[in-house]
Amino acid sequence: MIHSLFLINHTGDIFLEKHWKSVIGRSVCDYFFEAREKAVEPENVPPVLQTPHHYLISIYRGKLFFLSVIQTEVPPLFVIEFLHRVADTIQDYFGECSEGVIKDNVVTVYELLEEMLDNGFPLATESNVLKEMIRPPTILRSVVNTLTGASNVGDTLPTGQLSNVPWRRVGVKYTNNEAYFDVIEEIDAILDKSGTTVFAEIQGVIEACVRLTGMPDLTLSFMNPRLLDDVSFHPCVRFKRWESERVLSFIPPDGNFTLMNYHVSSQNLVAIPVYVKQSISFFETGPCGRLDITIGPKQTMGKTVEGLMVTIHMPKAVLSANLTATQGTYTYDLATKVLVWDIGKLNPQKLPNLKGSLTTQAGTPKPEDNPSLNIDLKIQQLAISGLKVSRLDMYGEKYKPFKGVKYLTKAGKFQIYIYMFIFLENLMSYLLFEWLQCVLKHSI
Amino acid sequence: MFVASVIIVFCLFLSAEKEAKTNYQMLDSNKDSLKLEAMKRIVAMIARGKNASDLFPAVVKNVACKNIEVKKLVYVYLVRYAEEQQDLALLSISTFQRGLKDPNQLIRASALRVLSSIRVTIIVPIMMLAIKEAASDMSPYVRKTAAHAIPKLYSLDPEQKDQLIEVIEKLLADKTTLVAGSVVMAFEEVCPERIDLIHKNYRKLCNLLIDVEEWGQVVIINMLTRYARTQFLNPNMNVNEDEDEDEEEKEKKAETPAMAKRKPYVMDPDHRLLLRNTKPLLQSRNAAVVMAVAQLYFHLAPKAEVGVIAKALVRLLRSHSEVQYVVLQNVATMTIKRRGMFEPYLKSFYIRSTDPTQIKVLKLEVLTNLANETNISTILREFQTYIKSMDKDFVAATIQAIGRCATNIGEVRDTCLNGLVQLLSNRDELVVAESVVVIKKLLQMQPEKHSDIIKHMAKLTDNIQVPMARASILWLIGEYCEHVPKIAPDVLRKMAKSFTNEEDIVKLQIINLAAKLYLTNSKQTKLLTQYVLNLAKYDQNYDIRDRARFIRQLIVPTEKSGALSKYAKKLFLALKPAPVLESPFKDRDHFQLGSLSHLLNAKAGGYQELPDWPEAAPDPSVRNVEVKDSVRAVGTVTYRDTGALWDLQGPKKLEGSEKSDSASGSESGSGSEESYMLLFHANVYQPSLYNWALVSMTLHLVLCLQTIAPSSALKNYELLHRITGEGLSVEYCFSRQPFSPDANMVAVQMQFTNNATADTKNLHIEDVKLQSGMRVKEFSEIELLPAGETATAVMGIDFCDSTQAANFQLCTHTRKFFVSIQPPVGELMRPVFLTENEFKKEQGQLMGMNEITEKLTLDMKCRNEHTIVQRVTTAANLSRVPCGSDKECRFAGRTVSSSSLVLVTVATKEEGAAQLTVNCEKMVIGTMLVKDILLALTQ
Repeated sequence: MIHSLFLINHTGDIFLEKHWKSVIGRSVCDYFFEAREKAVEPENVPPVLQTPHHYLISIYRGKLFFLSVIQTEVPPLFVIEFLHRVADTIQDYFGECSEGVIKDNVVTVYELLEEMLDNGFPLATESNVLKEMIRPPTILRSVVNTLTGASNVGDTLPTGQLSNVPWRRVGVKYTNNEAYFDVIEEIDAILDKSGTTVFAEIQGVIEACVRLTGMPDLTLSFMNPRLLDDVSFHPCVRFKRWESERVLSFIPPDGNFTLMNYHVSSQNLVAIPVYVKQSISFFETGPCGRLDITIGPKQTMGKTVEGLMVTIHMPKAVLSANLTATQGTYTYDLATKVLVWDIGKLNPQKLPNLKGSLTTQAGTPKPEDNPSLNIDLKIQQLAISGLKVSRLDMYGEKYKPFKGVKYLTKAGKFQIYIYMFIFLENLMSYLLFEWLQCVLKHSI
Repeated sequence: MFVASVIIVFCLFLSAEKEAKTNYQMLDSNKDSLKLEAMKRIVAMIARGKNASDLFPAVVKNVACKNIEVKKLVYVYLVRYAEEQQDLALLSISTFQRGLKDPNQLIRASALRVLSSIRVTIIVPIMMLAIKEAASDMSPYVRKTAAHAIPKLYSLDPEQKDQLIEVIEKLLADKTTLVAGSVVMAFEEVCPERIDLIHKNYRKLCNLLIDVEEWGQVVIINMLTRYARTQFLNPNMNVNEDEDEDEEEKEKKAETPAMAKRKPYVMDPDHRLLLRNTKPLLQSRNAAVVMAVAQLYFHLAPKAEVGVIAKALVRLLRSHSEVQYVVLQNVATMTIKRRGMFEPYLKSFYIRSTDPTQIKVLKLEVLTNLANETNISTILREFQTYIKSMDKDFVAATIQAIGRCATNIGEVRDTCLNGLVQLLSNRDELVVAESVVVIKKLLQMQPEKHSDIIKHMAKLTDNIQVPMARASILWLIGEYCEHVPKIAPDVLRKMAKSFTNEEDIVKLQIINLAAKLYLTNSKQTKLLTQYVLNLAKYDQNYDIRDRARFIRQLIVPTEKSGALSKYAKKLFLALKPAPVLESPFKDRDHFQLGSLSHLLNAKAGGYQELPDWPEAAPDPSVRNVEVKDSVRAVGTVTYRDTGALWDLQGPKKLEGSEKSDSASGSESGSGSEESYMLLFHANVYQPSLYNWALVSMTLHLVLCLQTIAPSSALKNYELLHRITGEGLSVEYCFSRQPFSPDANMVAVQMQFTNNATADTKNLHIEDVKLQSGMRVKEFSEIELLPAGETATAVMGIDFCDSTQAANFQLCTHTRKFFVSIQPPVGELMRPVFLTENEFKKEQGQLMGMNEITEKLTLDMKCRNEHTIVQRVTTAANLSRVPCGSDKECRFAGRTVSSSSLVLVTVATKEEGAAQLTVNCEKMVIGTMLVKDILLALTQ
């Protein structure tokens, strides 16, 4: 299946290669570099490429390309999912997935890759099994290892692979037994210029951090499980119990893991926490334009909106921005044409406002394309969908664990359409817009 | 602080010391730490792609090193370079051969793994032997490794195929989840065409699927999709597909109306099993698994059921952009065939400014496919926003999408066209060019209405530089020159002027325009045409020179010109069919969805075609499983499997015995009956008696058969799943034996399997909670259940003739599990023997309130006496009563606790109609029994 793997950094250097069958020369990557050149942004490289003798499937994570070489038919998602699993594992082991970290731990990474695939077919991808075979490095251990010549390779045999519960190792012991669950919800929304919701949904995830002794069997139940529209689970969750009783019953992996992902889609349920008043306009006569943005709270369920941030991708013609913010700071990146306004906490008494002028390149035509406005925010102690965990029960062990649930709401892909107004000259496109809307109204 | 700095200095000192020595010296040293350091350096070199092959002799010496990490790194090195240094690699083989005999399963497995990864042809026989041995290893993990080794050996030496298939066949029969995924992978790589190997394992694979690891699930599901396509009938064959794509199919149906009428479609239970067991996997966190299930449903499920996959696929759109890319490709193909499925999720395909271009374009494709009369206005409004995007490639794609919506949905054609015309004044040339191309295609559909648009476009030739757009405008003017008689010659004049500077496609269209004008308006354009043709004659491009020569011959009459020139006008100005703007994803579904070939729209190497449905279903009985002859299998063999033998042979023989009974009448005494039955069983099982002897408990079951119960398949129920039980799994069945300590109890046979690695001790029952009147006789404590072993025990429960559950705790030396047993009503009775006359007499006394009658239509496969008897006796523990009429089947039994008589009659009529009568003084039992038997007969 997967024949070889190349890790490539953003400048196009191959800094790690691993072959699971016979060796394939680096020249195969040239086809990829060609495609990389053609796509301006690294995100735009097609994930699947066809070359005369091979197929290249790649992912882009943390400014690195994971490029795998395939020779025969294989489901592309199989490979993509696996490559992401590799990146996840590296992140899990070393805290981040970057070129520097991989180069520093090249032997460990190589050993990991060796264990994860056998002849191109996944062998051990559970982090718990891998950690039994190859211990993640810690500062203390690396010092001890240098002194004593001890190794990172586990000296016990990895029995996890033989277990019926491969995600949990046996003989886990803690003095403090604790289980924490974070319910994190992201609002994905598109609002039109008048503030009406074009599309909104909530994506939720329950991240768990479980440090419990022995083989606990947990049951997590919700006050209102009917809210959940669509769910996907960690393999430890028993499907049958969910189907019949709507409770999550599972023997947890040890440590941090994603217990479930869910989706709430009914539009009326999705509360939009903020509103945005904005106007961006350009004058035909001079090389300048105007910008005015105000943000206020809408449906926040009485909680404070924090970490508020507005990102605007400006038209290419905008040279600089001279603005004043009543709260927070703004930066305008000339190279990428991105305006970032970092507001912080939203004070409902005094609404933050950003106002000022924009300079465009003199002599160039006025920008025609619309900027897009994205919002980032955080609300602590609130799951915006209203989902609530009712209880967590533990069976199979005698001790009393410490339990905790935290809620957090974030903005996911929260986008607001902006329409710019350009005075005088480009009436044509403005009229077209109005006219099309007119026609559409009639056609409905 | 001081300590830290000392350590650092010491480390520096150590590393400096190491640095001084070469890798060679370090590998030869006695210190493991130096060896390790050297190996780490070497592996780092390999990882960076540098050549380290010259160190081979020094490294291979360390293959037997005691230090585990050194050993592992040596393995890594060996696997990488063995192919290049075949002779030296042989030195290491004996180490692995020793490892294969190690008592620890993990060491055996790792030895096999490395041995099979060394790509040296000379050791093929050794590998073959090792694989064969490992395939029958006690440990499932070693067997899994053997399955992994099969494709490796096959790629090294394809000649071994036949032998490898034997191993695959053996491993396919394995009943552990650990092996299933790997062996199916080996099957797919070595012998995907041997679909016959799957038959016997089909049901097992379906049942194991949910517990197999994620990657194995993907492979198994894809394989089963192909299998199902060869073995089952098309579930949609009698459904008229309303979408126009299926006209062909309709025609086919019209030709063979007899076939369609022949019989209504009934889904094979095995087909249903596959659909049912894969559905929960839509909730997997692994996108590949979700996609595999989605494609299975798309290719195999009845139309009404395919919809369930939409939600799961939409969920994947939240995942990484690469995942989105693949999923959207597949969704695009699905939306063409089954649009309705994704319509409720229309808004999930709305485009965000942060999406990568390729995702945007694919989402557009899906939106366009989903467009219909009701949602078109919403979609067009969305498109309007997209046109203003900064991403110009995306804008171009949007314009094309508008064009496609316009062709597909007549109502909005004018709206779209006008909107596009407005775009012609856009400042971005790419946008204008794309609009021109699309407008050209739209105008071709109804040119007469739009001469003003054509005029407008003619004016654009001065400004637009994009060749494709210029070519399109010129073609339009030429084609419809009669609508713009004044402008056309002027355009030609301008073009003639700039001819030499144009791109090739534009030049070709200028020639075309000239030719068409010459034919319609030769007075004004004769000279111009000649001029253009002369220019073209000396063009650098031979295509243009050829075209010019050809056109000159055709349109300019000379004495030499043939008969063709008469038809020149007809040739050039023939009515051209409007182009069909269709999705690039049309017809891609002949590739299996989710495959690489589907994504590339080209057959990838090793792609297995998805076969068409068969016309008639192949024999479904090939999937029936017979008794397994392996000792190891005892632990996991289910009663459903062993039951098959009973089904096939039991009842037939029994009928014979009944006939002789009723004929002679004298022989039927309780004593002779018993011995007769023993004899009968001995006869039937003679051939396989040897195997059964190994299964002592089953043998016991045969020997202690005292009554005439035609024990059909015994159904196994799960009492404790192995995950909940931490490796201990318990299954139970109602053995239908009289429970000797107490005749009023139902015998429950429990089978304990210890899947854990540790022994389980002191298995017993505690804390029994029962409804009043119920009683339990516990089994004697099982003192020791070693790892991997299986034990059975029988307990008795008096359910008081009710279906209430018996709750109790199952205890081991460490744990307690709450479990409960609830009997189906059919298990609350025991068979009794009645003659025909006795039966009628008893029935006569149980009329009125005690009689329940139900009319039913028998299942297609259940229309003969044999299957009816079989199904009724499976549903309830009753015995057959001899009967003179062959239209009636009678059964009798008594409830276990109160010995109330239960009489069942099934009278069959024409065309599968039948009547079921149950007489029983316990009305509740009677009603429930009717339900159960009804279900058994109609399913």
